[in-house]
Amino acid sequence: MDFFLQLLVNGFSLGFLYALSALGFVMIFKSSSVLNFAHGELMAIGAFLFLVLSAWADLPILAAFALTLAGCFTLGFILEKFFLRPLIGEALIQVIMLTLGLALMFRGLLLFIFGGDTQDYPAFLPDALSMKWGVIQIPAVYVAAFIIGILFLILFGLFFKYSSQGIYMRSVADNQPAALSLGVHVRRVFALSWAIAALVCAMSGIILGIINGINVHELSSIGLKVFPVVILGGLDSIGGAILGGVIIGLLETFTGGYISTSLREIIPYIVLIFILMVKPYGLFGLVEIERV
Amino acid sequence: MRRLQFHPCGSFKTSYHQDLHIFSTDFGRLWMGIGIVLLFGVVPFISNSYMLYIINNMGIYAIAAVGLNLLIGFTGQISLGHGAFFGVGAYAAAILATRGNFPFFVAVPIAGIVSAAVGMVFGLPSARLKHLYLCIATLAGQFIIDYVLVQWEALTGGAEGIVVPSATLFGINLGNDRAFFYVIFFCFVLMTWIAVNLIRTRIGRAFIAIRDNDRAAEGMGIPIFPYKLLSFAISSFYAGFAGALFAYYTISITPEPFNLWLSIEYIAMIIIGGLGSIPGAVFGTIFIVTLNEVLSHITQYLMNIGVSAGAAITIAPLREFVYGLTIVLFIIFEPKGLAEVWRIVRSNFRLWPFSY
Repeated sequence: MDFFLQLLVNGFSLGFLYALSALGFVMIFKSSSVLNFAHGELMAIGAFLFLVLSAWADLPILAAFALTLAGCFTLGFILEKFFLRPLIGEALIQVIMLTLGLALMFRGLLLFIFGGDTQDYPAFLPDALSMKWGVIQIPAVYVAAFIIGILFLILFGLFFKYSSQGIYMRSVADNQPAALSLGVHVRRVFALSWAIAALVCAMSGIILGIINGINVHELSSIGLKVFPVVILGGLDSIGGAILGGVIIGLLETFTGGYISTSLREIIPYIVLIFILMVKPYGLFGLVEIERV
Repeated sequence: MRRLQFHPCGSFKTSYHQDLHIFSTDFGRLWMGIGIVLLFGVVPFISNSYMLYIINNMGIYAIAAVGLNLLIGFTGQISLGHGAFFGVGAYAAAILATRGNFPFFVAVPIAGIVSAAVGMVFGLPSARLKHLYLCIATLAGQFIIDYVLVQWEALTGGAEGIVVPSATLFGINLGNDRAFFYVIFFCFVLMTWIAVNLIRTRIGRAFIAIRDNDRAAEGMGIPIFPYKLLSFAISSFYAGFAGALFAYYTISITPEPFNLWLSIEYIAMIIIGGLGSIPGAVFGTIFIVTLNEVLSHITQYLMNIGVSAGAAITIAPLREFVYGLTIVLFIIFEPKGLAEVWRIVRSNFRLWPFSY
């Protein structure tokens, strides 16, 4: 029973991490319908930037954090302006290959600068954050991840629902020419959505780095695992990303604990195929009805 | 021999049959003949062993790339699982050769058929899914096949792989590079010929219709699901065929090279070469294989210079960077690929002096 509960807690935390990573992905998809294969690498960039600023440049933690987020925000702008904008209107395969190419570029660059070993952040989270219920351990970093995740969720929920930029983003995601004709500045919306997504990626990258250590290969593979999460939850639904992430996280930890560790890596993809056959738009995604 | 006709003074075609000709003047046919003579007669004798190895690899990858272009460029279905089908073909040939003792020229087509069957299974989601959902489904398929190849130890030998006996064809031992060169390029010419003619038939036209607008195609009476499955099957056959040749060429196979990276390389090949054009797939293959070799040579060269030897260990990942950069630059600046560049160069010569 204790094993079960520990697995439950671990799965829930892991799922929440996946959900945080999926948040950025859904955001890019919601506004510009681009599948971002460079997601893992963007997370890695955020994590490494924080490492450079906090460990090597020895800045105070909050300053390093703020600078990382600002840096990734700008990176998102730059990516959108120089790489995505020339491709507006091109076929989907071109855009997918572009993000794949960007992923390769970033991965090569990061491996070149930092090497393939796992690096660690200096410990800065207060120990008081970690919780203990009887036998179940919840380390401080999971609690921090949970708190930050909830904070971001609430912020983004409010942003999309009530702020004008958020409403512009939703309108562009829904029907781009209509939004354009109503006076929404579509280019600015694209740029802003990529910038915010890069920021969220940096956030998730930092948290993942605190938990697992920063390793380019690992972050890339988590970037690929975002796909089952968003398909399960629905490609354009933020709440779905959260729920999908938690389900996939729970599924993974339970498979790893009870069945086998090697199956653990592949089970999200089996679930992905299953969901695609049964309910292709996910749990909360918008169903595009095509009657032929 | 009749007189060769090089420059058409106008369009004098009088039947649909003439319209479907691949070469409209004798210029193309002449160069095709010269090219084949060069390929089979000259190249294997003037290249040293290393060049032959590279050219053989190009031939094998070109077959698979042509197959993938049939799927992505002509039918519009995105598949990220091509590397996995290549691996399935390689393993099928290896298992047929070692367990079933099938001879070479039987094992290779059967491996292609096995791969086609697997491809059809993974094409089943294409019935209900489009574009990006299909892309994600094939991505998952790639991972699952990868996992199965490693885990199903009874069949595939797990991570250690299988050692394939050397191929013999009509009693000639195909162990060395030059003999295998002829086999590979004969198969390459055959498969490309099949692909080019497939495009001109009813099936090819159905593929192109599905790519352009599948709802309209269904409205015109083309049953899209069977044709989509057929497209998956054909492209996986090409991949499996190439994989089987690969298994015989590199005598021992492991599950390691058949991962997502290989699938991405194939897609890079056809995008850089040009989607929707068979010569484009070949150009792309040549480009990517050459790029790989050039980058390995540069990193090795830099590693050997004393000055940068210390930093050179870390230069290897720059290879990935340059790879990604090439893909990105090609997509931004020349999305129609090398085939378009080739077409512009050719028409420059053809239209001279009015080639602006």
